[in-house]
Amino acid sequence: MIDVQAVRNDFPMFKAHPELVYFDNGATTFKPQCVIDAVTSYYTEHTSNVHRGDYAIAAENDRLYDGARSSFARLLNCQPKEIAFTHNASASMNQIAYGLSRSVLKKGDVIVTTEAEHASDLLPWFRLQEDLGVEIRYLPLDSQANLDLTKAEACFDEKVKVVAVAMVTNVLGSILPIKELGKLAHKYGAVFVVDGAQAVPHMPVDVQELDIDFLSCSAHKMCGPNGVGILYGKYELLEQLEPIFMGGDMNARFQKAGTYELKHAPTKFEAGTPNIEGVLGAAAACDDIQAIGLEAIHAYEKELRSYALERLSALENLVIYNPDNAYGPIAFNAKGVFSQDAAGYLASRNIAVRSGNHCAKILHEILGTDSTIRASFYFYNTKEEVDRFVEAANDISLENAIGIFF
Amino acid sequence: MSDFESMLDDPQILRELIMDHYKYPHNHSLTDDMKYRKVHMASDSCIDDITVQSEIEDGVIKDIRFDGVACTISTASTSIMSDLLKGKTIEEAKAIVSQYMNMVDGKDYDADLLEEAVAMKNVYKQANRIKCATIGWKAIQQMIEESEAEHE
Repeated sequence: MIDVQAVRNDFPMFKAHPELVYFDNGATTFKPQCVIDAVTSYYTEHTSNVHRGDYAIAAENDRLYDGARSSFARLLNCQPKEIAFTHNASASMNQIAYGLSRSVLKKGDVIVTTEAEHASDLLPWFRLQEDLGVEIRYLPLDSQANLDLTKAEACFDEKVKVVAVAMVTNVLGSILPIKELGKLAHKYGAVFVVDGAQAVPHMPVDVQELDIDFLSCSAHKMCGPNGVGILYGKYELLEQLEPIFMGGDMNARFQKAGTYELKHAPTKFEAGTPNIEGVLGAAAACDDIQAIGLEAIHAYEKELRSYALERLSALENLVIYNPDNAYGPIAFNAKGVFSQDAAGYLASRNIAVRSGNHCAKILHEILGTDSTIRASFYFYNTKEEVDRFVEAANDISLENAIGIFF
Repeated sequence: MSDFESMLDDPQILRELIMDHYKYPHNHSLTDDMKYRKVHMASDSCIDDITVQSEIEDGVIKDIRFDGVACTISTASTSIMSDLLKGKTIEEAKAIVSQYMNMVDGKDYDADLLEEAVAMKNVYKQANRIKCATIGWKAIQQMIEESEAEHE
């Protein structure tokens, strides 16, 4: 059980905005004091670069920075050396796609993905389609972005070299059968890449049990700072993957002739001075959500979501697009009101949700609408907040949406 | 204050004006006529996606049309713009556009020139919606500039 009131006391944002209902956690999350302290401790106690200094604060800084890998290794059940820090989840996906384009992929090879993916798991592959001539195939999804596994294998043949999917889709919150998809990918000899941005902060993800080859996620969606992405890879695969950025710290030596030798993974993926304070904050966030417990977070969010869904379903002015999914955000619209107008009205009632297509721009073909409102929860949200949200949602109308301007 | 001016001061009337232009936008169809200039406004945000067309000849905006998917403010502001600027000379239109841009920036403006467009006078209070209120106006601004550049 999560003591939500106690948890909320750790988040300064709730003190600064006691009237705000924040249901935009799919976009980013609030930060607890321990994360803020971890970030500022870098500025106040051990400012120095990493992997370069011969003095005490630098050694302490190295210990904390490299120690952050252990926090994420515990979270994902992998080895610390299998965790590299990038700048965000998009950077992690670009690294994976670029690296594979330099080794595994060639013209005519197939990338299998879905139409519910976030831009970060599509555009890096789209570029390879353009540059390298790979082909993209979409797994068949139903109208709530769930995968029918019995139909999935029809997408596979010997040309499939990469399977790249989100574990939890960011608009509809469907949970893809990752373990089974991984088996399918490996049966055809493909590399299995998982976008964990909307999954890792919210539920236990065991990369070994799921047999994931590469996984990306971002710290800021799990109460950590912005500017820190996590790239997990099986160590032997990371060793084979070419880094997208070349530069400081990631090289072992280089010569005038243009020859060079890179460091081993994970350091070879961290060219230049990293976001050190961000990584320290990310580790604090990672430790914090593990202390609360990913099982407990998942169970609590499910309960909160089903409570919200039950109450929202009773409102006649709404259309809900993913009522049957047990998890994740609720995607909806108010009848006859454009999503941004409805979100604007909710904002006037101090409720923060997101409107639009949520970076999933080809999903509309599945969804049958161009844009939706997304209410996304985290473990610090409460049923009282849901009640306030439902009350305001009940009042969404075209007239009220325009009324906010007068 | 004239009747018309006092009408445009009444929030209820302005609200209905926006609603009306949203539900039944004016000049809301595109043409294949090659005389028309065209601007596709879709890059500023990932939500609004509208196309504005205009026929500008001999320094006069003879016609304005638009279509696309957009919120109330984008749709209504573009619809009002199309009514207001149609038939105006480029010089008149530029003066109106400049007053409109002042208004949505929260600066002083000449309400007489803007007529129904004063319905957008409070949008500046919702900073994230300013781009909605200007999307169609920026499109016509761009087409006016293009037309002037061609005739220089």
